Amino acid sequence: MRISRIKPESFITWLIKFTGYSAIIFVFLIFYFLLSEGIPVFGEVPFKDFFQVRWYPIEAYFGLLPLLVGSLIVTIGALIIAVPLGLLTAIYIAEVASPRTKEILKPLVELLGGFPSVVLGFLGLLILSQYLREILALPTGLSALTGSLILAGIALPAIVSISEDALDTVPRSYRDASLALGATEWQTIWWVTLPAAKSGVLTAIMLGIGRAIGETMVVLMVTGNAPMMPQGLATFVNPTRTMTATIAAEMGEVANGSTHYHVLFFIGIVLFVIALIVNVSASTFVFRRKKRSERILS
Amino acid sequence: MTITNKIVTENLVLQYSDGTESLKDISMNIPVNSISVIFGPAGGGKSTYLRVLNRLNDLANVTTVSGKAHLYSESGDFIDILDPNLDVTALRRRVGMVFARPVVLPMSIRENLTYGLEIAGVRKRSLLHEAIERSLNQAALWEEVQDRLDDPAMELSGGQQQRLCIARSLALEPEVLLLDEPTSGLDPISTGKVEASLQELKKNYTIVLVPHSVQQAARAADYAAFFLQGKLIEYAPGNEMFTTPQVQQTADYIEGRFG
Repeated sequence: MRISRIKPESFITWLIKFTGYSAIIFVFLIFYFLLSEGIPVFGEVPFKDFFQVRWYPIEAYFGLLPLLVGSLIVTIGALIIAVPLGLLTAIYIAEVASPRTKEILKPLVELLGGFPSVVLGFLGLLILSQYLREILALPTGLSALTGSLILAGIALPAIVSISEDALDTVPRSYRDASLALGATEWQTIWWVTLPAAKSGVLTAIMLGIGRAIGETMVVLMVTGNAPMMPQGLATFVNPTRTMTATIAAEMGEVANGSTHYHVLFFIGIVLFVIALIVNVSASTFVFRRKKRSERILS
Repeated sequence: MTITNKIVTENLVLQYSDGTESLKDISMNIPVNSISVIFGPAGGGKSTYLRVLNRLNDLANVTTVSGKAHLYSESGDFIDILDPNLDVTALRRRVGMVFARPVVLPMSIRENLTYGLEIAGVRKRSLLHEAIERSLNQAALWEEVQDRLDDPAMELSGGQQQRLCIARSLALEPEVLLLDEPTSGLDPISTGKVEASLQELKKNYTIVLVPHSVQQAARAADYAAFFLQGKLIEYAPGNEMFTTPQVQQTADYIEGRFG
């Protein structure tokens, strides 16, 4: 009787342990594979060659700078658009909208987050780039700006949804306390609610960055794919090429085990490190928020 | 001209959209420079009544408010609290409120105290500092925090936080102070300090207190109102209410037979 009750219990424990460990093992396997394919590059290409301004792998020019700068420009551009817009949307949904409007808006935003990014890329390629070309009188509509605009659309749902959650968890009592001191609703949002939700909002922005910098398909479709170094302000409307797009575009036709192949994996390592930094800083903020809320409860 | 009643409410009716805790025909006057206590079992409309007096109910799902609620100033003039065109921020500076759980804002002690004043447009440092020292003294907190005004307010103990909340309301020099179970989360010593400072404060302020126990009601009350299910059952001077209640329900509640 006793044994028959313990047996499934221990099986379930084992199953949970197995799935838990396997997640960790997969991460390490990916990491190991990435390193083992990427590290050999150091024997084949002098390290300073990566800092060249020219990416032309066929003639062994492996300058990563244009790709890195391309990624940064497209991502930063996306954030300049997505962060203010996302934050204001979150404030509207959490603080201003009536419960009815909120019930409609929140799922809509989350639906946008569930859109396959290739669909957005398709819209960018066929519609947005045409408009941008005509309005700004550009030789081509496929540019860093187009990429930023579409990427902003991709990062937006994460930013809105997570900041809205953060604003929503600010206790009602904070708002009451501020209002009772004679503050208006906007003063309350700006001076009390937003600062109280600060860590959650920062997490949302971090995750938005992660989402934008890791995005491949869209940037491949709409940025024009020309690895060029920035040239002043025109950089934003010139074609550009990101790290992710480079891997996606070139991995299919590269000779297995060649220097070029190893360099592509090395780009993967660089991306991995950037994503790691963003994620670690995001979780540090989350962790800090937990500690503070525990203090409030005690 | 001196006034006797600071706040006059007549036939006050309030209904929430979900049907909970409403006020049914409340008529009572809050005398000036005294402590009026509103007590009774949970869900009786005590907090709702307080929240009518500084219009904090504006954001709640209130379907109907009717009746009369007037706030008198020393000169004998009055404003209609329920007037939809009233400047509620100005009203809330005149009618301060302290909540059941201490709600210190996530800022320093000093910023908590100056928040309301700065929003009201006070920028002069000397005025702000004067208000900080005066309000902390009134709330019996100055001695404990004078050397650490720039520390986060969250680091204070629960009792200190609640006294900070009282001080924060007092910094605005309101005429009326609404206290919604201000000592419910505090230990007996902190409770004693808060009650003692209320007795000092009533010389200059009109205080409406929802106590967290009948004992506290009896200790603090100059006037006492017994609320039951949204109705005002009995309203009398404190010493009469707690010795010779006129209504059976009040007597039962005070003696602990229900609630």
